[in-house]
Amino acid sequence: MKKSLLAICSILFLTACQAEGETTDSNEANQNEMDEMILATTTSTYDSGLLDELVPQFEDEENVNVKIIAVGTGQALEMGERGEADSLLVHAPDAEKELVEGGSAINRQYVMYNDFVFLGPEEDPANVSDLDIAEGFQAIHEADVPFFSRGDDSGTHKKERSILEKADVETDFSNYEESGQGMGDTLRIAAERAGYILTDRGTYLSLEEQLETLDIVIEGDEVLENPYHVMQVNPDEFDMVNGEKGEAFVEFLLTEEIQDIIEVFGTEEYGEPLFFPVANE
Amino acid sequence: MELIVSGLSEAFRMIIELDRDIFDITWLTLRVCILATLISMIIGIPLGMLLALKHFIGRRFLIVLAQAGMGLPPVVAGLWVTIFLWRSGPLGSIQWLFTPTAIVIAQVVVSLPIIISLTYAALQRLDPQLKKQLKALGPTRLQYGWFLLREARFGIVAAVMAGLGRVLAEVGAAQMVGGNLLGDTRILTTAMVMEVSRGNFDVAFALSFILMTIAFLITFLLTYFQQRQVIR
Repeated sequence: MKKSLLAICSILFLTACQAEGETTDSNEANQNEMDEMILATTTSTYDSGLLDELVPQFEDEENVNVKIIAVGTGQALEMGERGEADSLLVHAPDAEKELVEGGSAINRQYVMYNDFVFLGPEEDPANVSDLDIAEGFQAIHEADVPFFSRGDDSGTHKKERSILEKADVETDFSNYEESGQGMGDTLRIAAERAGYILTDRGTYLSLEEQLETLDIVIEGDEVLENPYHVMQVNPDEFDMVNGEKGEAFVEFLLTEEIQDIIEVFGTEEYGEPLFFPVANE
Repeated sequence: MELIVSGLSEAFRMIIELDRDIFDITWLTLRVCILATLISMIIGIPLGMLLALKHFIGRRFLIVLAQAGMGLPPVVAGLWVTIFLWRSGPLGSIQWLFTPTAIVIAQVVVSLPIIISLTYAALQRLDPQLKKQLKALGPTRLQYGWFLLREARFGIVAAVMAGLGRVLAEVGAAQMVGGNLLGDTRILTTAMVMEVSRGNFDVAFALSFILMTIAFLITFLLTYFQQRQVIR
């Protein structure tokens, strides 16, 4: 019995080692061929499934293994600033411009947009449905109704703060809550607790079935536009940045073929597109 | 309630049909967790023995360090491993961040203190008379150590189970250093967090059953090993 157990253990150990060896080997091979890159992006593009559709095609064409790190826009930009990623696909124009001006990112291109929508409980306790977004935020502040913020420095959170600033609303009211989590999680919290929340339309559509208590209360305001830009991290600034593939990814997203795919993405599942491509206009 | 029922049935369907992605994730989880636990055992059991049997300067400090390490939150371990493995970090040039190797490193960091401390405790608990009698027989060092290990096997297997449990349950560090990349570094726990945030509760259910089954089977195996009679 002892021998058999020992045998099982050693087999497991060998398999584990071997598996580990394989991964390390392939990593080394990748390094030698320089065909590995890190794409830092937002949870909204990743959770929508768009990148699952686009990236494998890029990997085939360029013979590269893309590591998609889906984080908030704030963290994605931070990774760019430190040279920890090779390409960025994000949605916070002001912070992006700062990064480009600082020299960490180059080749910033407008890829697509969608929009933010403002959701609230069906009964709309703060009566915001006829207001514009800035007035809506003010009404919520005055009525002191539950409002859920991601509070994670993501693109959505940055947008929310800029609207709050514009509307001159402080977040000191007692029903203002920060979840510190991604869009999907925060939406579910808002739905459970019947609160107002700012979200990108894509994530809302993909979760709509589970958010029965929430409805769109404000949409279509100019302020709510949500532009996505792609850029490469500057290879001259950081030794280990893969400039070749970083640039290739930027170009890839702008090709007509990919822009066409973006245009129809999601229509089958949600009845309307999640993103609107702009590069060919 | 409806969600629970539909979630359960979907979970069983996915397990029975052996969904390709789920199979890959499970297999990776097994490989990574077992390798991490084995590394921790290989380093931790001898270290625990050393602490229990040898008296040397700094021993007490190391014991405190190991026991404090048992409470090391995985996200803290993940953060430190990430900082070291960053491209701009001290070990950046080996490019291990976002690879399974990085997950193994983080898991060793969180499970090693557990295995060291519990091995130490298991040996410490042995009857001092036993050690005296054994020494009187004039065994070689190897024989002596081996005998004590066998005597303390209940505690040591428990140490391994605790270490493995930590590694299987860990999610924060694996997410941080692995990046949850499909087919590369996505393990059961990180996949579950992602599926929940995407609203796919049924998939998360399926993954939770697999994880619990694995934990149960491995624990069962180890308990069997622990409880069997010593063969002389």
